[in-house]
Amino acid sequence: MSLLHLEDVWKTYAMGETELHALRGVTLSIESGEFTAVMGASGSGKSTLMNLLGCLDRPSRGRYRIDGEDVSALPPDTLAAIRNRTIGFVFQNFNLLPRTSAVENVELPLLYAGLGAPERHARAREALDRVGLSDRAHHHPNQLSGGQQQRVAIARALVNRPRLLLADEPTGNLDSRTSVEVMALLQELGRDGITVVLVTHEADIADYSSRVIVMRDGLVRSDQRRTARPAVALAPAEETRASPAGGGPP
Amino acid sequence: MTLLEILRVALRALRRAKMRSFLTTLGIVIGVSAVIAMVAIGDGAKARVQANFDSMGANMLMVMPGTTTSGGAHGGFGSLPTLTWDDLAAIQTLSAVRYAVPYLRTAASVVSEDANWTTSVGGTSPDYFAIRNWPAAKGSLFTSSDVDATTKVILLGQTVATQLFGAGVDPVGQQVRVMNVPFQVVGLLAPKGQSSFGQDFDDVVIVPHTTFRAKIQGGLKNLISGAIQVSATGPDTTTKAENQMRSLLRDRHRLGQDKDDDFSIRNMAEIAAGAADSVGTITSLLAIIAAVSLLVGGIGIMNIMLVSVTERTREIGVRMAVGARSRDILLQFLTEALVLATAGGLLGVAVGVAGAQWTARFMGWSVLYRPEVMVIAVVFSGLVGVVFGLYPAHRASRLDPIQALRFE
Repeated sequence: MSLLHLEDVWKTYAMGETELHALRGVTLSIESGEFTAVMGASGSGKSTLMNLLGCLDRPSRGRYRIDGEDVSALPPDTLAAIRNRTIGFVFQNFNLLPRTSAVENVELPLLYAGLGAPERHARAREALDRVGLSDRAHHHPNQLSGGQQQRVAIARALVNRPRLLLADEPTGNLDSRTSVEVMALLQELGRDGITVVLVTHEADIADYSSRVIVMRDGLVRSDQRRTARPAVALAPAEETRASPAGGGPP
Repeated sequence: MTLLEILRVALRALRRAKMRSFLTTLGIVIGVSAVIAMVAIGDGAKARVQANFDSMGANMLMVMPGTTTSGGAHGGFGSLPTLTWDDLAAIQTLSAVRYAVPYLRTAASVVSEDANWTTSVGGTSPDYFAIRNWPAAKGSLFTSSDVDATTKVILLGQTVATQLFGAGVDPVGQQVRVMNVPFQVVGLLAPKGQSSFGQDFDDVVIVPHTTFRAKIQGGLKNLISGAIQVSATGPDTTTKAENQMRSLLRDRHRLGQDKDDDFSIRNMAEIAAGAADSVGTITSLLAIIAAVSLLVGGIGIMNIMLVSVTERTREIGVRMAVGARSRDILLQFLTEALVLATAGGLLGVAVGVAGAQWTARFMGWSVLYRPEVMVIAVVFSGLVGVVFGLYPAHRASRLDPIQALRFE
């Protein structure tokens, strides 16, 4: 059975007199462990799709099943619980709480899961360890680089051991070298069995996924499976070249 | 989430913006400290007024001859002697009266061997000291046998003793002359202090009333040229004693229905209660003003909380995305408001006590702290926090996570 299954899903917004159809009958299945990229121009409906997949919104029509369970008409509190248990979110602008240490940021979903402080702390450290930031646990977001902040955000998304990880333009605010690092991390999570859905408008980021869905005008235009390009972190030599502060001759 | 956890989250959020949190709660701090200081100072003044009246004598009433309204001329109380010694004897038999004594008074110069002092000379009987709860500090009080025998004995107040013999000197056994009559000092009265109007209770000498009439001031034989001081049987019977005396005296003086009293009765308990009441009224008014400032403080909290909710829209979005229910968000912001306001209340109590202490020291006022006022003030500020935090917290909890996450 597929992990996510959308069946003729519509999303309609009332814009005064007229109605805006953000999604016009999307039918889509995503298997457990798939690494999917959703592409499309702005206004194509890809953000609406992500919000629905993330249980932040409910479809106007149609069905959405997670692991066979119909979630299309559940009340907000139940959706909050599903987000908490089943879904991890990674955002373009990281969305870490300011003036709050990395480990406390990572603990956030566990707080709403009702875990006690010692277990929260242990699992948050574990998640930070997984993204390679155990030595930055007590740094605040403003003391971390963009890549490190995004890794903290990924740790936060992972800490509740979700089935699904939704990444909305996760590399949008990162330079190309850090982007590759983050994509390598996401691919690694995918290999570990987490289903990853990422939204991007960059073709070379989409190349790291094994399936690319292109949205246009609220519908799926194309849906291709292919071999993902492995993300390999660039060599340190490249790093010096990429750095404008290097100043030396090439 | 447990309540403790919610509290911890709220504290963390407040700590992230220490300066703002402090400024937000400043209104509450000022309001509560004003209430605490006002009430402490007001209660202190009230207690002091009460203590002053108590020092005049417990359950005391004073019957004075004459009346301002008798005839066309306003002679003032005591200008027209109308009370007789038989009136006094009759008053002594009333059920609500414990003691009734005459108190004759004049101003005279008291002369010792090498000093003189003009003071108030009183003539009374030994029960007077029971009414006023006034023991002798040195020597002894005079007795009823002194009264019966018209003995030339005298009791000195502290001020008079100091003026005549110097501070700390025991005057007992010395001779003083009043109106050229030699008196023997048998006792030094205990210090009584000042009345709330600044009258020095210790600037007085007292002799038996028989001696007073025979040697110091003549006057009519049957009439008392002074007042009658009465002690009721208890704090609840002062009004009863007053009524009994009024009807007795009206009856004895044969005053018809249309006639005014030819005497006047002062009920010290009522005067004391009245004075305490007026102090209490002023205190209440000041406390109400202070409470209004507390309300203003609450509006301040609401204002900043609304700004804070707007500013932290993204945070709210993130919390909702990772699984916070709207109830969690509501409770978090409500708790923040509650913690802010309660902390402000506690700080306000501290500042208020410090302010009252300071005022007491530099203005010479007395203050009285009532723990229940402090508890009420803190609880009330917490309540202000909840009431004014409710709207911002509700707004926060109603945010749409999608909109909140996009908020710039």
